[in-house]
Amino acid sequence: MVPARMLAMCLVELQKLRHDRTELYTRAVQPALWLLIFGETFTRIRAIPTGDVPYLDFLAPGIIAQSAMFIAIFYGIMIIWERDSGVLTKLLVTPTPRSALVIGKAVAAGVKAVIQAVVVILIAAALGVSLTWNPLKLTGVALVVVLGSAFFACLSMSIAGIVLTRDRLMGIGQAITMPLFFGSNALYPVAVMPGWLQAVSRANPLSYEVDALRGLLLGTPAHLGLDLAVLVFADVLGIVAASALMGRLAR
Amino acid sequence: MAVTGQAQHERAADTAEPRALRCSGLRYSFGSTRAVDGVDLDVRTGEVFGLLGPNGAGKTTAIRVITTLLPVPAGMVEVFGHDCARERMAVRRLLGYVPQQLSADGGLTGRENVALFARVFDVPRRERTARIEAVLAAVGLSESADRLASTYSGGMVRRLELAQALVSAPRLLILDEPTIGLDPIARTNVWGHITQVREATGMTVLVTTHHMDEAEQYCDRVALMHHGRIQAAGTPQELRNGLTPAESARPGGQSAMPPTLEDVFRHYAGSGLDGRESTEDGGDFRDVRRTRRTASRVG
Ligand SMILES: Nc1ncnc2c1ncn2[C@@H]1O[C@H](COP(=O)(O)OP(=O)(O)O)[C@@H](O)[C@H]1O
Ligand SMILES: [Mg+2]
Repeated sequence: MVPARMLAMCLVELQKLRHDRTELYTRAVQPALWLLIFGETFTRIRAIPTGDVPYLDFLAPGIIAQSAMFIAIFYGIMIIWERDSGVLTKLLVTPTPRSALVIGKAVAAGVKAVIQAVVVILIAAALGVSLTWNPLKLTGVALVVVLGSAFFACLSMSIAGIVLTRDRLMGIGQAITMPLFFGSNALYPVAVMPGWLQAVSRANPLSYEVDALRGLLLGTPAHLGLDLAVLVFADVLGIVAASALMGRLAR
Repeated sequence: MAVTGQAQHERAADTAEPRALRCSGLRYSFGSTRAVDGVDLDVRTGEVFGLLGPNGAGKTTAIRVITTLLPVPAGMVEVFGHDCARERMAVRRLLGYVPQQLSADGGLTGRENVALFARVFDVPRRERTARIEAVLAAVGLSESADRLASTYSGGMVRRLELAQALVSAPRLLILDEPTIGLDPIARTNVWGHITQVREATGMTVLVTTHHMDEAEQYCDRVALMHHGRIQAAGTPQELRNGLTPAESARPGGQSAMPPTLEDVFRHYAGSGLDGRESTEDGGDFRDVRRTRRTASRVG
């Protein structure tokens, strides 16, 4: 029964996406710019040491994780919007456990992020990045993207449950996404970071997501087991926190 | 209509069925504002019960406690014998709820909005399509079911919400100011659908309103609420009869007219139902602004 409700919550997200695809298109612009401008430039000037891997190749998995995070962080704003418009209130009066609501949204964020990842992979391939086409590994990529986005969606919904207003959440959202992005291994290898930033990166789920994506897409050495364990753990924490805070949005 | 209503609750009382809703000593405060201040309610199975009061009376807060959106800080609330504090899931399964605010998901079609509620209430897959079509037809939205709800008028959104609440065949339908912000034609239309569904299914309806004409016309029994308290309860007829002509005397020489619920309310609360007195606490303004904001967003 609970899985059916989760599925229902996820389904409406996808139905909305089907009715209005502009989000999909506009969201493809930013990662394309990162790859085209940042990636191409830094590949040329060789400012960031990435070993045998060309910088553009190194960057592509980071950009997949980044764009997934941006999609997911938006879910907190969305849930506040749903609260203000009364849609959430009605759902909270149905026999849907808070956790099913949260997981449904988190998985929907993941599915959107996977669609986004496909776009980034195609752009990267067009720019000559040599990625794997092994279906098993690509399935792994999808799983990692879903796990990563689910965490950031839950983080954002948890913050929404604390701050309760859209304006404050927008401020906080901006204040945390950039540090999460720059405080990760998405743009540069951990080895070139100063010690304090390495510590930040080690506590940042985004780094584990990027590490797993690099391992799967490029075949670079990665800690897949640890990465998956950290992401699953972060998801469980995020789901528990967001579900517990959801009731505050009913008041 | 009034006669059938009367007959119905006498029958309900005879068979000693569990009450659809029982509240006693219910209180709820927002900081120092005592929104609900010791409310006792007794809604019988099968009746249309109106909670009548001006803006700011505490109707919405009481409804939000009954629907389990707010905790029960003091007092007792039971829906068909299930405690709203301890058996939240059981209570939610029995409820259909249309909040005061117009709220349909504008990014989904009318049918998708209803389908979501069919799914979360576990309407079996085999019955789902038929049930969704039936409730859409019952509220007159079959033609527009595939349009995005963002293109609906206020009255259509209300009817869509009614369909969402009805698709699970609830035993207690709770409507918080179902006609607020609607024009007179849409108001009559929404009440027409509520009456039809109620006659077809015999479900219990708890409705709040600040229009006494609606309460008078459509409710079997009403409770007058003011400043968080129930001032009087009974059938509209009983309440009017309880008033002596002197008590219903109004300025302007209209004292010869039979008393209306408005007079009853003025007698108990010392102010009219338009609640000019209670606008000062901000409830009125906030509600209107909120409803307008949603109306403009939903379409
Ligand atoms: N979320 C809230 N925070 C603070 N005060 C509130 C809140 N909701 C309602 N109130 C106050 O509680 C009182 C009752 O409001 P409400 O239940 O909305 O009345 P009604 O539905 O009868 O118009 C009002 O004084 C209102 O200002
Ligand atoms: Mg109200």
